[in-house]
Amino acid sequence: MKSFARHIVLLAAVSLTLGACSSVPLDEEKGAPIDNRSATSTGTSNSAPVAEPAARSAVAPVQATSSTVTGLPSALSDPSSPVFRKVVYFDFDSFEIREEFRGLIQAHASFLQANKQLKVALQGHTDERGTREYNLALGQKRAESVRKALVTLGVSDTQLEAVSFGEEKPMNQANDEAAYAQNRRAELVYQQ
Amino acid sequence: MPRRSLITQFGHATLAIACLAGFSGPLQAQQRVDVSGVAQSLLPVSVANFAADQRARLDVSSVVHSDLGRSGLFNMIDSGIVLADTGPIPAELRSKGIDMLVSGSVSRLADGRFDVRYRLNDLVKQRAVFQRSIVVHPDDLRMAGHRIADEVFEALTGEQGIFSTRIAYVSKQATRYVLQIADWDAENPQLALSSAEPIISPRWSPDGSKLAYVSFESKKPVVYVHNLANGERIAVANFRGSNSAPAWAPDGQQLAVSLTLDGMSQIYLVSARGGSPRRLTASNSIDTEPVFSPDGRAVYFTSDRAGSPQIYQVSSQGGEARRVTFGSPYSTSARVSPDGKLLAYITRREGRYLVAVRELVTGNDTLVSETGREEAPSFSPNGKWVMYASRRGGRDALIAASVDGKVRQQLASLSGEMREPAWGPLPLK
Repeated sequence: MKSFARHIVLLAAVSLTLGACSSVPLDEEKGAPIDNRSATSTGTSNSAPVAEPAARSAVAPVQATSSTVTGLPSALSDPSSPVFRKVVYFDFDSFEIREEFRGLIQAHASFLQANKQLKVALQGHTDERGTREYNLALGQKRAESVRKALVTLGVSDTQLEAVSFGEEKPMNQANDEAAYAQNRRAELVYQQ
Repeated sequence: MPRRSLITQFGHATLAIACLAGFSGPLQAQQRVDVSGVAQSLLPVSVANFAADQRARLDVSSVVHSDLGRSGLFNMIDSGIVLADTGPIPAELRSKGIDMLVSGSVSRLADGRFDVRYRLNDLVKQRAVFQRSIVVHPDDLRMAGHRIADEVFEALTGEQGIFSTRIAYVSKQATRYVLQIADWDAENPQLALSSAEPIISPRWSPDGSKLAYVSFESKKPVVYVHNLANGERIAVANFRGSNSAPAWAPDGQQLAVSLTLDGMSQIYLVSARGGSPRRLTASNSIDTEPVFSPDGRAVYFTSDRAGSPQIYQVSSQGGEARRVTFGSPYSTSARVSPDGKLLAYITRREGRYLVAVRELVTGNDTLVSETGREEAPSFSPNGKWVMYASRRGGRDALIAASVDGKVRQQLASLSGEMREPAWGPLPLK
């Protein structure tokens, strides 16, 4: 163990600069008798009493608000409409749009070209395996695949935004392959 | 109430017993400790129950005891007594095998603050190592305990303690995501942000006053800088596409972030006050999870440019990137130790995601985690510990492990799932 005296001198010097939450060294040998402390005498403390001192560790709480979209065309919520389905699923470690989803993409491309006032967010998602930020980047690749497919079919890029939720919003919370397959997806989320 | 302290009126022992009875809750809360892999023949240390004013809402000595015990470096012995910072040490303590004893008292001042006095006693040499006091706001009694533990730790080991630091983490509570600020041991959580949408990747500013993080509250990932004391927030990266993976430059003036302006995630620099991004990496693959070296000259990041995600290093001025990790098909989430010598990252080994700590000079890896579901490593400011998210009992939990992998402990889990830990800097002095 190194020189305690050096530690004490060092720490004393540090502690003297600490302000309201300061620690001060007391007399090494005697210490201040505990009974001497009273409201008007704070012993050897060098901290002047402060009215209503704030807690050093206080954190101001903030509530984030999220708005919901309303007033979208009814075709988007009509089960018989070709644009009712809005989810494209992907294979493991893949960003290719499977053949079975070409019709869905084509329907939304036509709908967006007929409704140029509408915007759609292409939200990419992954399963939970791996780390969050890297999954966010992988989800972005799925969203990008859908965006590129829509642009290829003639949709204006100004109507589209590809974003990723990574693994944060699983469709199925289970931890098996069936759930993972449902979570590897891109969703078309209309925003008006 | 006369202006004399209760301690004076009733005497130490009576008062302290009353306090102990009242503190049964917090004492139990302190005992959720799970230190594993501790070596034998550790320095025997004891923390006496401090003689305390019963208006103190928290037992300071139990915080000191918990911190020192969690370090894994001491053999914590229960003294079974109440002992103030003054007066003689009962002889029977030495016969319990105690070498070092912390004693103290907590008394209330007229302005409502508390005067915490404490002494570290060397029972072998029969002398006081130091005797000091701290005056704190009632809400900072825990912090006083952590400060005492830091000073004891430094006196006994010669190394800086980290018990006064804070951590940030995200807890999932039913349908809400809550960004919490807590003491290093995950106790005393305070809500910084509550949202119906996910929050990930909190990162402390170098001075500990702000957090950068990714919030999905606007239905896409946006990087915010959040002043913790007043709750003010700035969206420093809210560009078209996804904005994520914030990392503070050591000067606190700018951040590296991952943006998708050209489609694929790439690394950019933005001012901590917002503004136009400046591109740092340019590849046809994913570049994300930047982190600055402590001197600010290099940025480590994750890229899949060679087919699988690996850690790379590039000058913070840009230029050619150098690959750092080999030998695993998956290496992500790099963090650099404060001295720049160690790299903590997530590596996949035989299908398991583990925390590795790499000595950068030699390239030697130490695996410090064991369950295989690990994420988000983060160094303590003294570089001796790494905190990470894991799964325990089917829930997300926080683990702190020594960088040599010898001591590992689960932190408190009071409310829901805990994930995305970020270890804050040492408090400003």
